[in-house]
Amino acid sequence: MNSSVITFPGSNCDRDMNVALKKFGFKNKMIWHNDTELPKSDLVVLPGGFSYGDYLRCGSMASKSKIMQSVINFAKGGGKVMGICNGFQILVESGLLPGVLLRNKYLEFICKNIFVKVNDKENLYFKNIKKNTLEFHIAHNEGNYFCSKEQIKEIDNNNQVALYYSDANGTVNENTNPNGSIKNIAGIFNNKKNVLGMMPHPERMIDPDLSGEDGSIFFENLINNLK
Amino acid sequence: MKILVVVTLKKDVLDPQGKVIHQTLDGMGFENINEVRQGKYFEIDINESDKKKAKEKVEEMCNKLLANLVIEDYKIIEPQ
Repeated sequence: MNSSVITFPGSNCDRDMNVALKKFGFKNKMIWHNDTELPKSDLVVLPGGFSYGDYLRCGSMASKSKIMQSVINFAKGGGKVMGICNGFQILVESGLLPGVLLRNKYLEFICKNIFVKVNDKENLYFKNIKKNTLEFHIAHNEGNYFCSKEQIKEIDNNNQVALYYSDANGTVNENTNPNGSIKNIAGIFNNKKNVLGMMPHPERMIDPDLSGEDGSIFFENLINNLK
Repeated sequence: MKILVVVTLKKDVLDPQGKVIHQTLDGMGFENINEVRQGKYFEIDINESDKKKAKEKVEEMCNKLLANLVIEDYKIIEPQ
């Protein structure tokens, strides 16, 4: 399986993602934002970080970079594109995913482990995952998912929510919402479910000695689903 | 020609920064404030002598980059 991780100026989780993808068997290539062509890829990842210093709006500048036109075309042709954290922000700014990520409700930068409830397993990213909740890490200032009333209706009707912030048992309520996101949304799909954006970082949970193992479950499952 | 643009959050979008500024102003003794909303301001110096054309270009910039229309509105201030 071939993957590509795009590095934007200010990306800082691109190498972690490279390590994670390679650990679980992807042949990964690092792609610079100024490149225009994507190599043949089964998965394209937009990593976390602070592309362009979060100037103007998080992800807004990166969404207009040269490589993004190829990423958009790849996604529109059914290619699998995953955006983590700043990558999620870039995906909404590029129009590949609906909505936007606002400043966290209590204006704090949040950096901690959280649980997410997997909403839908009828997709390539979460199909066959046995657990219903996963422990991931979040580190963001703008993760407060917001969209218009019409958009949330559409998201619900198409079952486009990928992950909800929850507790370890899968309870989703205000107490398990770290940043004020509508309906505790931590990750969403586009309507064809080939594009996934999520605030949590699975690549930070791939080493049981350092963090946890739920990222390993995610990547191992993902490569098997793509095969 | 210099064109000025103001981008603000839409009315129904929570503006936590504006809220904190409001609270701080309250704490400083500035009374009678109903609400504070924070926005962004741009000065765009564009090489175009035709006012209408310049405004159209800036409008396109707003729609494509300067504002995110899911959460923000923009106002173009007439060129001088």
